[in-house]
This record gives sequence, C-alpha cells and structure tokens, in this order.
Amino acid sequence: MQRLFLLGDEAIALGGIDAGMSGMYAYPGTPSTEIMEYVQRFPEAVERDIHREWSCNEKTALEAALGMSYTGKRAMAAMKHVGLNVAADAFINSAITGVNGGLIVVAADDPSMHSSQNEQDSRFYGKFSYVPVFEPSSQQEAYDMVFDAFDLSEKLRLPVLMRITTRLAHSRSAVLRKHPHPQKKINLPADPRQFVLLPAIARKKYRSLLSAYESLKYDNRINKFNIFRDGINRKLGVIACGIAYNYLIENLPDHDPDFPVLKIAAYPFPPDIIRDITERCEEILVLEEGYPVVEELLRGILDDNLKVLGRLDGTLPRDGELNPSIVAKALGMSAKPLRKVPEIVKPRPPSFCKGCGHSDTFQAIMEALKMFSTEGVFSDIGCYTLAALPPYNIINSCVDMGASVTMAVGAADAGLFPSVAVIGDSTFTHSGMTGLLDAVMKNSPVTIIISDNSTTGMTGGQKSHATGRLVSICSGLGVDPGHIRQITPLRKNHDENVRIMTEEFGYRGVSVIISSRECIQTALRRKKSETAGTTSKKDE
Amino acid sequence: MKCDIILSGVGGQGILSIAAAIGLAAVDNHLFLKQSEVHGMSQRGGDVQSHLRISDRPVASDLIPHGKADLIISMEPMEALRYLPWLSETGWLVTSSNPYVNIPDYPPVDKLLTEIKEVKNYMIIDSDAMAKEAGSLKVGNMVLLGVASRFINLPVISIENAVRKLFKDKGDEIIAINLKALKSGMDFRR
Repeated sequence: MQRLFLLGDEAIALGGIDAGMSGMYAYPGTPSTEIMEYVQRFPEAVERDIHREWSCNEKTALEAALGMSYTGKRAMAAMKHVGLNVAADAFINSAITGVNGGLIVVAADDPSMHSSQNEQDSRFYGKFSYVPVFEPSSQQEAYDMVFDAFDLSEKLRLPVLMRITTRLAHSRSAVLRKHPHPQKKINLPADPRQFVLLPAIARKKYRSLLSAYESLKYDNRINKFNIFRDGINRKLGVIACGIAYNYLIENLPDHDPDFPVLKIAAYPFPPDIIRDITERCEEILVLEEGYPVVEELLRGILDDNLKVLGRLDGTLPRDGELNPSIVAKALGMSAKPLRKVPEIVKPRPPSFCKGCGHSDTFQAIMEALKMFSTEGVFSDIGCYTLAALPPYNIINSCVDMGASVTMAVGAADAGLFPSVAVIGDSTFTHSGMTGLLDAVMKNSPVTIIISDNSTTGMTGGQKSHATGRLVSICSGLGVDPGHIRQITPLRKNHDENVRIMTEEFGYRGVSVIISSRECIQTALRRKKSETAGTTSKKDE
Repeated sequence: MKCDIILSGVGGQGILSIAAAIGLAAVDNHLFLKQSEVHGMSQRGGDVQSHLRISDRPVASDLIPHGKADLIISMEPMEALRYLPWLSETGWLVTSSNPYVNIPDYPPVDKLLTEIKEVKNYMIIDSDAMAKEAGSLKVGNMVLLGVASRFINLPVISIENAVRKLFKDKGDEIIAINLKALKSGMDFRR
C-alpha cells in the first residue's frame, strides 16, 4: 500500500477518508486546522465528495457531524481543545443520545500554549461525558486508530474522542495506508426516540451509558492500544501516555527498556493493567502530556499506598509540554551541561504583517480614543490580538471567542463609556453575533469594531463565513443602519476613519464599525494563484 | 546513520522547504524520519524552528533532545544562536549572515557573528548574495541546504531530485534557479 509522509493532523484526516467517513466538520484552530485542510485538498476526498466545508464554530460543526451520524453515515468533527468547550453541550449530550453512524470528535490540545489561551486536557471530557478516548503516540497509530474508533463507535453506539497534542498534530512521519472502505449508506436509527432527550428518555439512556462505560474497560478495541511490557529491572516502572511514550523510548539505549513499561493510548482502562505494573515495581513514574490525569487516578485522594512520581511531586514540571530532556531528567539520567543561549539573543514575538489592515484599524482606534477617558478596548481571539503588544498596547482583553462583544456590554452596563470591542470577522460569526443581539435588546452604549480581513487569518487564511454578510447580519440583528459604519483601513483614510470612530464612540447606543480590507497574506496568495492560473497551493 | 537537524528562521523564510527537500531525499534512501513544524501564531514574523530527524532505525521522539542535534541550519544569524542548547558538542552550525530585522532591539550583527564563532564547528554564509547570483533572493534557503548537505549523509543526486520534485509545479525556470542555488551552496568553501 501507499506510504505517505503526513502530519499527525493529516494522518487522522486520511484515516477518516480511508475508513469511509462521509463528512468532516470543523472550525479552524491551531493545532487542529490541518485536519480539515487535508480533506479539502486530498483528491480522493474530493472524488468521493466527502463533506469538507468549514463550520461557523465548533458547536455547529459537532452538531452537524452528529446529524450525519443520525443518518447512519460516518462523520468526524475536529477542533482545538478550547473549541471543545464551545461544543461541549453537544458533545456531552451526544454521549447520552449515542450515535448511529460512527462519530469521532478530534480535540487537539496545546500544552505550553504555543497558540492558545490555556492548556486544558481534553481527556477530562472523556470522563466527563463517559465516552472512550484514544490518544495516539505516532502518526501511524493516529491513522490506524481512526478505523478502530469508528468501529468502536458503531459497536457501542457512542461517540469517540480522539485527543492529540501539538507535537503530534504538527509533526510529520511516514504513514502506511490501508485499503479504503466505502462510505456507509443512509440507514436511519432503528429507535426513532434515540436522539430525543426528554427527561424520561434521557434518564434511561444515561443509565445505559453508565453501564456501557464500564464495559468499555474490557473492550478489545480499547485494550489493544494499552500495552504492558515487563522488564527485569523492577525498581521503577513507567506508565507513558500518548506521545510521552516516544520521549521515554528516545532516552533508552537501543530504544529498549529493561524495566516494566505500560503504554496507555486508550481510555478508560481496566484496573488489571495498572495492577500488572504497580505490583511489580517499587515506584511508578507517570509520563503524560497535559494534566496529571492518570497520575491523580493512581495516587487517589489519600496518596499513601503507592510511590508515584510525576507532575504532582515535582519529578516533572507541573505545567507545560514534555520533551525528551525533561523525561531523561525524570528517569534520573545525568545530563551534560548544555550550551547556553547568548544573552544578546532577543525574543522575537509574532507581529502584524507589513501592510496589515488590522494595524491601520488600531492606529485609528488609538487616535480616536485619545478624545475620551476610556483607555484601551476589549478584544478577542485572532491576529488582531497582537495589538496587545508594543507599539499598540491598546487591547485590554482576550478571553474566548466572542467575549470582546459581551465584555464590552457588561462594562457598559457598569457605566464604562465609551465601551469598545474589537473583533475579527470570523470570530464575530463564530460567537460574536449573539452578544451583539444582547446589546441591541437593551440598547447598550457600545461600539463594536469588526476588523474584517475577509478570512480566518491567524490559522492560515480559511474561508470566513462573514465575508460579504456583515452589514446584513448587523442590521438583521437590529443595529440601527445609521450606526453601522463601513470604513477601509488604509493610511490615506486615516483622518476620515478617526472621525467616524470618534462619532460612534460618542454615541450612546449600539454602533458597529465594519473596517474591511483583505488580509495581506490571502491577497498575496490570491494574486500568485491568479498569475499562475492555478489554485493556490498551501506552502508554509 | 542518524542525523538530527534543527532548522531555524523567521516565519516565512522558507525553512519548511529545506525540511521538505531533506525529507524527500531521506525517503528516497529508505530512511526513517520525523519532522516537527511550527504552525499558528509564531508564523506571523516570529521565530520558527523545525526539528528534522532522519535515521536508519525508527525514530522515537518527534523532538530532538537537548545537546543531541548534529546540525543547525539557520536562515538568520540571531535565530542560529537561539537553538544552541540543542547542538551537540561535535555538531555543526550553518547559518546565513544576513539578519532579518523586525524587532526594535535587534542586536548588532557583528556581535552575533562573534557569538557564532564561539561554536566549535560553524559556517557563516552570505546567502543573500549567493541567492542573488543564482537568480533570485528567494532561494537563500537552497543555498544553505547546499552548504549544509555536506554534513548530511545523503547522496547529492537524492537532494537534487528532491528539489526538482518540490518545485515541479512551479516551472522549469524556478527549478533551475533552485538547483543553481543548491549547487553554489554545495560548492561553497570557507
């Protein structure tokens, strides 16, 4: 079979395509974006007409995937870890409804917060909702697991959560393809009430979910991924989860441990496999990316009958991602002193691209705000968050998708005037629209600036649902058309833009300023592909 | 055989093309490899790096352990220094001398070069000049790949074929310029 050199994200996408998935649903978010992008550009996915359009947000993505599962077809929803918060309502209830066609939810966690606001561990969502979790350690395992996850999902009629972290998502390695499966045909659920969570039905279904979760621990499709290997040196045993297993193996001569090792790549696991290792060893080191999930299970609340080493006793750092060097230290291996980074090396934070429209928008905001007592604006998640850094220093918040609008409303409720929010176009259609409706309903004195670059910029320029629709969305939500202002953030328009902003900041009602100019990166790519006469290819 | 390589630069400088060329050449020689990349926020003018590991036995970690890199290839002198904790005692540092200045406190270039010369094994290349000579400022990455290729145990023909394959959709002229840049790097002598 064909061998491909794939990112972890791409391996999951290809696994879905080859396992007969009929739809991929996603909202872009680092480090998960490349899952959908691979489906969008992979020729066989196009030939098979697999659904591959971006969704408005992670909640709509997961619900649509559940709808596809309802018809009996296989579907996948992919998102970054914080996206699963947005989709959590749908996710947790999908465990109770159960699925019809196989449903996989992929959550890509970002320990060390390379491109995120937190480093929450999605494995918690598995336990929270009582669904199985797969945590692959390699690109090949990620690809292979998709087949098992779909089978398991259909066998137990449960969604399956696949958890990866940044380093697997964005690392390439060879993946051997399997023979592709055909897509499923429409076959509606035998029980027409399966998806009706009226309390009487939900209570019954919840009880069967609880018993299904217990039986999961003994399911071969889970346990074939949790592998115990005994060793002669039994002082220390190591439990390594997901990609942490690679960091363990990396440090061992010939990649061959002489001590007992339990690799965990699927949850929930039965007590026996834990007992296998704890009964043999004096001490257990737990290696896992993210929160000390397995470590806390082992310690229990009394933490007194087993010597456990990990993140909670300082053997490993309490936060941040692991790497081979951290694991070497935890194994007690002596490290040679390393070269130091010379002091003259300065941090090089990300910054606005030269000619970015966001920067012109912020220049105008900074000047217009000088006429008022308010300092700074509420803002949101996207490239424009970079205005929190010098020379702008103009952003006072970046919390979660859409929070700029609602925080501005709350601050206005408290009497802050003017109360200004800056939100990107794609973030606005993700989660800003409902907050704007709140503002309209009580005529909050807020100004919402939609910094519209006609794309989802930070994640590499995916289609924005807002493009061409912002005026009609805002007027449809009830914003007075006289206070929906459209500007073009260019240096030559600076004075005019400052004037318009000053007018709207001073208005005691809901106003929206739509500041539109195409992202400089997507514009460059578009021009390149137009001159080449081909569709743009994704490069770095 | 194993070669652990750190590629470094600033978002948009083309380090992933170097990684892809070495990766293709490694696959051509039936080697195992893993390559970790940076996507997302840092690509907006921030520092970026890629860990590329090739070996004749399976590669475990996607990340290179500290002190174990055989080679750093850097598109930029300050970024070359950022990854020194990864470089092994016998490892080589191959860097462009051309700074990418997008921060107000960028250090003086001569001080950076002095620091680079503290490393036991280094090569400093005016990749902009050599790229221009080859026909385009954009092929500085191929110049550096050419220079660094002497420290990677892969046949020259495999690397050349990889470059051809990498740019096959961009037309013969682009391929020729990239190969010329690669060759000038391979022929470079200190």
